[in-house]
Amino acid sequence: MADESETTGGTEAAHGGLEAGLEVAIGTDRGATDGAGMPQLDFATFDNQVFWLVLTLLAIYFILSKIALPRISSVLAERQGTLTSDLAAAEDLKRQAADAEESYNAALANARAEAQRISQETRDEIQEQLQVEIDKADAEIGARAAEGEARILEIEAGALATAEEVARDVAIEIVKALAPGQDVDAAKVAAAVANRVRG
Amino acid sequence: MATESTNSETKDGAGRLVAYVLIGLAVIAFIAAYLDGYAGGLAIKPMDQFVISPLFGDGSVGIFTITNATLWMALSVLCVVALMVWGTRGRNVVPSRSQSMAELAYGFVRQMVEDVAGKDALPYFPYIFTLFLYILFANFLGLIPTSFTTTSHIAVTAVLAMAVFLTVTILGFVKNGVGFLSLFWVASAPLALRPVLAIIELISYFVRPVSHSIRLAGNVMAGHAVLKVFAGFAGALGLAGIAPIIGIVAIYGLEVLVAGIQAYVFTILTCVYLKDALHPHH
Repeated sequence: MADESETTGGTEAAHGGLEAGLEVAIGTDRGATDGAGMPQLDFATFDNQVFWLVLTLLAIYFILSKIALPRISSVLAERQGTLTSDLAAAEDLKRQAADAEESYNAALANARAEAQRISQETRDEIQEQLQVEIDKADAEIGARAAEGEARILEIEAGALATAEEVARDVAIEIVKALAPGQDVDAAKVAAAVANRVRG
Repeated sequence: MATESTNSETKDGAGRLVAYVLIGLAVIAFIAAYLDGYAGGLAIKPMDQFVISPLFGDGSVGIFTITNATLWMALSVLCVVALMVWGTRGRNVVPSRSQSMAELAYGFVRQMVEDVAGKDALPYFPYIFTLFLYILFANFLGLIPTSFTTTSHIAVTAVLAMAVFLTVTILGFVKNGVGFLSLFWVASAPLALRPVLAIIELISYFVRPVSHSIRLAGNVMAGHAVLKVFAGFAGALGLAGIAPIIGIVAIYGLEVLVAGIQAYVFTILTCVYLKDALHPHH
């Protein structure tokens, strides 16, 4: 017994007899649990375990509640905020795209109508101009035709007069040739020819 | 591209390093078990792993003595810091791997508290999360060969369970006054049966911390003791020791499950008890 207290106590050899006795008691207690019993039921270590466990739990609790949990919850809140704002932005962009498409379609319809109107206008204008030109051309053609007709009539009249004159002259000569020496009344012959030609 | 490939290479290297360390630990544990088995013939001492001894020197265990239990409790605090503080240092909106693990743990326990105990239990979420993380990391750290499992000691789990029991009981009376006693008075039962039920409810209420603590310590201790017994056989059987080693691998897989499940069970029971304190009416 005394031997054991000296080996376990070692440097505590100088201590009083009471303390050495305590050392022996603890030593034998631990020796007993080392052999067969459960270390879990070694009540001598309970206060030690409880002390360190409480310290451990307090440490974890303060680390979590002061650093880790606020940090994680702020990150989660930030992520939620980012998601919400991103979704809102996406919604906004989608609406903008729909608006743009609508206005594009409206512009397209407008442009189409405008183009139709312009082409119609141009067509009408061209038609109008064409009509004016056609009328002008018709008038000119009419004038030219009238002029030509007049000339034809003139030429016809001229030709008739010439033919009458030639016929009169020929008649006078024929009469002279048929009745030589006789006085020929030119006026009578002319009247007879004229009568014949015009008749 | 180049930086990415080197990055993945270093990650690969880190993973390989962890694998080597684990294999090395397994080999050391095996050799230790082997020598252990030979030293005392077939003297298998499965409970030796639970002995609490001073970390420095060879004196007795006083209240402030730094012991192996102290070391492994400190390591579990370190793990909590590593996951929850160091892992979330980026505060990224798009989380890194470690941050998403921390967020997963946070969301898991927070959801559990909210689902089981209700929204008004959320102020106690840090407390419950503390218990969960401590038990989880203590259990997993205990699975490292030659380590010490703090949750295998009834003193530790009893403190955890008594803390929950006292918190819940005091909270029940503070929040509901005498109305908390309606927890034991089953209003939906016939009047004649109610006194009998009240006695049963009362007994079951006081058994709660006992079952709560022994469930955790018992599960962890039993698993580790079985591992040690198998390791002793492996050491004693020589070449035929391959059979117990296969057994160890199988049981180790089971123990990994148990480590997670017991942390979960302890936490969800805490939530159930908290619900009784906040809403005692059946």
